[in-house]
Amino acid sequence: MSGAAESTLWHRVSQAGLLLFLVALAVYVAALGMGSYQLTGDAIQQLGDSGTIYNQAFLQELRDLEGKEYDFVVAFVGDVKAKAVAAAEQGSPVESWNEDPFFTAVVDAAARGGVKDNTSLVFWLTFGLGTLGSLLYFLPRLLTTLPGMKNDGITFSSMKFRGWLGIVTGSAFIGFYVFLYFHPYYVVNWIRLADPIAQALRGQPADRWFFYGLLYTFCVLVMAVRFAIHYRHSRYHLVRTASISFFQLGFAFLIPELMQALQVPSMDLKNAWPLNYGFFTDYNVKYLSESGTVGWALLLWGIGLSFLVVPALAAFVGKRWYCSWVCGCGGLAETLGDPYRQLSDKSLKAWRIERWLVHGVLVFAVVMTGAVMYDFFTETPFSPLGFESWKIRSWYGFLIGSIFAGVVGTGFYPFMGNRVWCRFGCPLAAILGLVQRFQSRFRITTNGGQCISCGNCSTYCEMGIDVRWYAQRGQNIVRASCVGCGVCSQVCPRGVLRLENGPLAGRLNEVSLVQIGQGRIDVA
Amino acid sequence: MPKIVVLGNGIAGITAAREIRKRSDDEILVISGESDHFFSRTALMYIYMGHMTYENTKPYEDWFWEKNRIRLLRAWVRQLDPGAKLLHLANGGSVAYDVLILATGSKSNKFGWPGQDLDGVQGLYGLQDLSTMEESTRGIDRALVVGGGLIGIEMVEMLRSREIPVTFLVREKKWMDFVFPPEEAEMVGRHIAEHGVDLRLATELERIEDDGNGRVRAAFVKGTGDEISCGFLGLTVGVSPNVDFLRDVDGAGLEIERGILVDDHLRTSVPDVYAIGDCAQVREPAPGRRPVEALWYVGRRMGQTVARTICGESTPYDPGLWFNSAKFMDIEYQVYGKITAQPGDGEASLYWEHADGMRSIRLQYREEDLRILGFNLMGVRYRHETCHQWITEGRDLPYVLENLGAANFDPEFYAQHEQELVRQFNERYPDRAVALRKKRGLAGWWQLRKPSVLFGGASSSAETVGAA
Repeated sequence: MSGAAESTLWHRVSQAGLLLFLVALAVYVAALGMGSYQLTGDAIQQLGDSGTIYNQAFLQELRDLEGKEYDFVVAFVGDVKAKAVAAAEQGSPVESWNEDPFFTAVVDAAARGGVKDNTSLVFWLTFGLGTLGSLLYFLPRLLTTLPGMKNDGITFSSMKFRGWLGIVTGSAFIGFYVFLYFHPYYVVNWIRLADPIAQALRGQPADRWFFYGLLYTFCVLVMAVRFAIHYRHSRYHLVRTASISFFQLGFAFLIPELMQALQVPSMDLKNAWPLNYGFFTDYNVKYLSESGTVGWALLLWGIGLSFLVVPALAAFVGKRWYCSWVCGCGGLAETLGDPYRQLSDKSLKAWRIERWLVHGVLVFAVVMTGAVMYDFFTETPFSPLGFESWKIRSWYGFLIGSIFAGVVGTGFYPFMGNRVWCRFGCPLAAILGLVQRFQSRFRITTNGGQCISCGNCSTYCEMGIDVRWYAQRGQNIVRASCVGCGVCSQVCPRGVLRLENGPLAGRLNEVSLVQIGQGRIDVA
Repeated sequence: MPKIVVLGNGIAGITAAREIRKRSDDEILVISGESDHFFSRTALMYIYMGHMTYENTKPYEDWFWEKNRIRLLRAWVRQLDPGAKLLHLANGGSVAYDVLILATGSKSNKFGWPGQDLDGVQGLYGLQDLSTMEESTRGIDRALVVGGGLIGIEMVEMLRSREIPVTFLVREKKWMDFVFPPEEAEMVGRHIAEHGVDLRLATELERIEDDGNGRVRAAFVKGTGDEISCGFLGLTVGVSPNVDFLRDVDGAGLEIERGILVDDHLRTSVPDVYAIGDCAQVREPAPGRRPVEALWYVGRRMGQTVARTICGESTPYDPGLWFNSAKFMDIEYQVYGKITAQPGDGEASLYWEHADGMRSIRLQYREEDLRILGFNLMGVRYRHETCHQWITEGRDLPYVLENLGAANFDPEFYAQHEQELVRQFNERYPDRAVALRKKRGLAGWWQLRKPSVLFGGASSSAETVGAA
């Protein structure tokens, strides 16, 4: 077979892969509409007996819906919500924090047929087929392209350059987070898809966080394959991608499940405060400190990780070791988000906004944690200006934890690039940024006078750093926000940039071969 | 407050304007007919390939110019009147200057081939060329690129990025064999072919034929008469100074040969008029350097130099130690110091090539005292400062090889190949055998450079440098 014919064949395989992925996506969306909903008396009884729903008035009201069949989850949820209102009128309102678990449990109990009866089949048709399609789509590039940077056509791409596909994708991401975080009862069918894996790992059905963790891990691993193919000429990127995939699969997903299976307190062992803002809360500290040796070990580890390990390593090798080698948010950004890195805003204005925002969130996180811990240790409610600590905490969780990190953080990939959260919002990144800017051995070295100001480095910097500004002056790049993804160094056509660790002295080099009068060794 | 006018907003003109602003409060006006703002000419190819937009290629945001009081004027200049110190604009107006810096860049060469002015035949130098190329390559079946230089291979890569089949006519027997030693020339040739390009070496263009509507249809090869059909023909046979509109100045006295002649202070033959960058021709070039060097780095350096002189710090133009870089499709290229296609008298080189045929390191040296002369790197990155320092300090091969790891600038985790060069050297000079001391890394380089004259300290020697 000639080269051209072979290339056409692989192109077809790739197209077939895309088609399979789209089928999987269609099944995934259709899964939300599968099956019907009908509450039985037994089911309502069970919801009460198991203690899942302890609002008796609400349970009683639900009996009105007994036997009524619904084809659409929206209609069913509408009636369930009406029953909650009716319960409230009797003086037993469903508290706002109970809405999600109560409604989700009711929808779950009422679901008939559809995904529930065919979980494995639908799982394979979505997660399975989606993975297969993606791999068939990516893998032929190994044969049809030579190793080396291939960013051809990105600025013409509807998906990668804010065309209609990008807008649709971003809107879908945002919609996904809004449903998952704030209206999970509409997406119970999706949560059920994770049951086969949940049963195998933890011996019980999936909840929404298990489903989210599973989907997240799939996205990271599948898109890591794409990343590795795209950057296969670079060992730095292969090693880094292996690391980030390992930490997502092992530390974020499997180990916590394993710990739960062993019936010890479970946590994501790499998730440091203040990114993990739930670590220093009254309930978590109390829970860990009351869970025996393992609990205490986890508590100490969490403290050590947050205040010692993470900043100390940043001082030696830069914040990259966390942000682009270990972190889960970074993991998704570097894999699923990689196709969108060119969309970050490089303007000076964006940099100003970034510094206010990210340090503002850090202050918010510190105040929130301080207030919660003050309460915990003094056992007196802390309420500056009338804000009780639990209120600060729940506002932080809503605004920062859910809206900023989730809805905006991932939903805005196709609009503002893949590091919106890491750049503008992550309080841990802010702390590591301070370390990196003032006391770290890490820098991106500019190679003498070789820069031609082409702009590839700045364009492909996911953190919106105007790398070229420094490179063309022959200046090293020492910036708080740099996550050390290493892509600037790859897209540079002239070999100008190198991520490296070295002595603090001379890190902010002001002397360079770019300027005449520097490096004029001919006097010697 | 004198008014300084810079004609041309490329790297040379803009560097001059910026450096003058750093040093003085003079009024500065930059005139360009090509674009409103400075953009990186070297990035033109990436716009076509879809790596970047035009906006991405601007090294400074648009507010930068006003903030730094550098006025910009979008206009073509028709004529220079040095007597009246006026520039006449194509649209009828004129601009007065006290000091004029000519930085008009280059234009693509055409050597009088029949059909060279047909539609679909063009070079690639400016922004306008890019839009014509965009238009002319839409929907074509095949393209032809004539001329095996840096722009030629860029154009080939651009066309391949859109999956347009390309024939590449190169006059030389091996690719760029006028600068490259045979091994490197062969490597790039192989790589071009590997990208599915129909590379025809030692082949010249004879004439271009049209399709009856004034558009290119085919080209014919000199000697064989072979016909190559093409919907687009890139003529990338070098550039020459863009000075034609300055030539016919009546009695202006602006001396022009290939480019505008300048003295060692970049002054032209007319008072208060300087010329820098591609358009300048240095009357007495430094040894080993050419009078016209159409190079980004040269333009930048001339811009810095002229700014000092104009601001009262009389500075002769010193091209510095030669360095350059390029990327041939997937193979990066860097050169420091003297590398010649054939070693000069009493010169030799150490050459290592990776088994994949896409990476190599060459050290050119003087046989008599083993003094290092230059580094040629394909697919491997070396540190500019290190190579610069070793060459200018006149280090010998044993020193350079022992410390070669410190010169390596490849990303972390990349395989290192310096050991191969050390082995070769030891085979060639068993009585001077050395051992590689330094693995790649900043720490090693830092130790080496700390005491160096480059940064004002005393000269270091091999003996004072401990193993890292």
